[in-house]
Amino acid sequence: MRSHHRRAAQGVAALFILAAATALGQGSPVDEIAKYRAALQDGNPAELWEARGEDMWKQARGPKKASLERCDLGLGPGVVKGAYSELPKYFADADRVQDLETRLVWCMVTQQGYTEADAKKNPFGAGNDKKADMEALVAYVTSESRGIRMNVPQSHPKEQEAYRIGEKIFYYRGGPHDFGCATCHGDDGKRIRLQDLPNLTKVDGARKAYTTWPAYRVSQGELRSFQWRLNDCFRQQRFPELEFASDASIALTMFLARNANGAEFDAPAIKR
Amino acid sequence: MADPMKIRANVVGDTTEVKVLMSHEMETGQRKDAQGKTIPAWHIQTVNATWNGKTVLSAQWGPAVAKNPFLSFKFKGGAKGDKVQITWTDTRGDTRTDEATIG
Ligand code: HEC
Repeated sequence: MRSHHRRAAQGVAALFILAAATALGQGSPVDEIAKYRAALQDGNPAELWEARGEDMWKQARGPKKASLERCDLGLGPGVVKGAYSELPKYFADADRVQDLETRLVWCMVTQQGYTEADAKKNPFGAGNDKKADMEALVAYVTSESRGIRMNVPQSHPKEQEAYRIGEKIFYYRGGPHDFGCATCHGDDGKRIRLQDLPNLTKVDGARKAYTTWPAYRVSQGELRSFQWRLNDCFRQQRFPELEFASDASIALTMFLARNANGAEFDAPAIKR
Repeated sequence: MADPMKIRANVVGDTTEVKVLMSHEMETGQRKDAQGKTIPAWHIQTVNATWNGKTVLSAQWGPAVAKNPFLSFKFKGGAKGDKVQITWTDTRGDTRTDEATIG
């Protein structure tokens, strides 16, 4: 019988003690964290979100009592398999570049009859009393791209524009600490507390980071979407809150997703 | 109501390997909320697994088990197509039962 450690901080601490006791400190903390992640991968609770999301996708919901089974994520109505590997992309019906979350909002509004405000209301879950439908849907849709290579388009002028704006935002420095994304993610081998900071300006770093989100965060007991990841890095950067499904969030996602092109998508993953 | 469990069961040689993910807050009763008030304990207390109606695992859990717990165990026997059923009951008396077919 085996079960996850209650909180990641405790889990990692316990693991260090074990490592020190049994292997006399062999292996760096980073190796040990990698082992910890591998041990968790076997029973990734992200699957609970995937199952809930799939159910939700098929349920007749909203004022129009419609399911999302006719929602076009870019590969035709109802096609989920592989859809995430080509997002964000330009959608003619919306005349806008959309990432997965924005597209889901679009389908919830146009097909299920929700107001836009309602569809966007609760993007990030918090425990049992505030489960986020959005994160469940994201888990389901992204799981259907596992193993497929990222192939984010840059053919429409608006896709190119989104990429350029995303790149600008990535390197833009400001706020009380004069931070930009590149401050924390522009060099190799950087760490904050015990976390490796990926170098997102290099192909390897960009690919590895993008293809492992969404992820189940053990420390939060929640499945987190890429929109959440960006929102939280805006917070760490001491920038004003990144609005959910905003043009800025889509542009930044376009920049990072496109830079991961060619890499195999491997999420929902599990992170500390 | 609690979300369904995710159960996988596979025959490996003469044993069946079962992997279960459960959706539960598993609140320890040790944490405090933002106002400093203790958050009451609320966690799975008993887990029971049956194979074709016969108990193959029964466990009592306390507060030290993770949120959304993962349980993995093996039992002797089992064949493709047999049913494995898991039931948990928590400190509020809520209970959930799910079933999987051995693959
Ligand atoms: C103050 C430092 C800091 C800044 C600035 C920052 N981040 Fe982060 N970023 C982090 C930390 C810390 C993590 C989490 C690492 C962990 O938990 O393993 C992270 C994680 C990430 C990840 C996920 C990496 C992975 O492999 O899981 C991405 C993607 C990311 N940040 C993008 C950005 C973007 C885009 C910006 C600019 C808007 C940004 N970050 C700004 C500190 C920062």
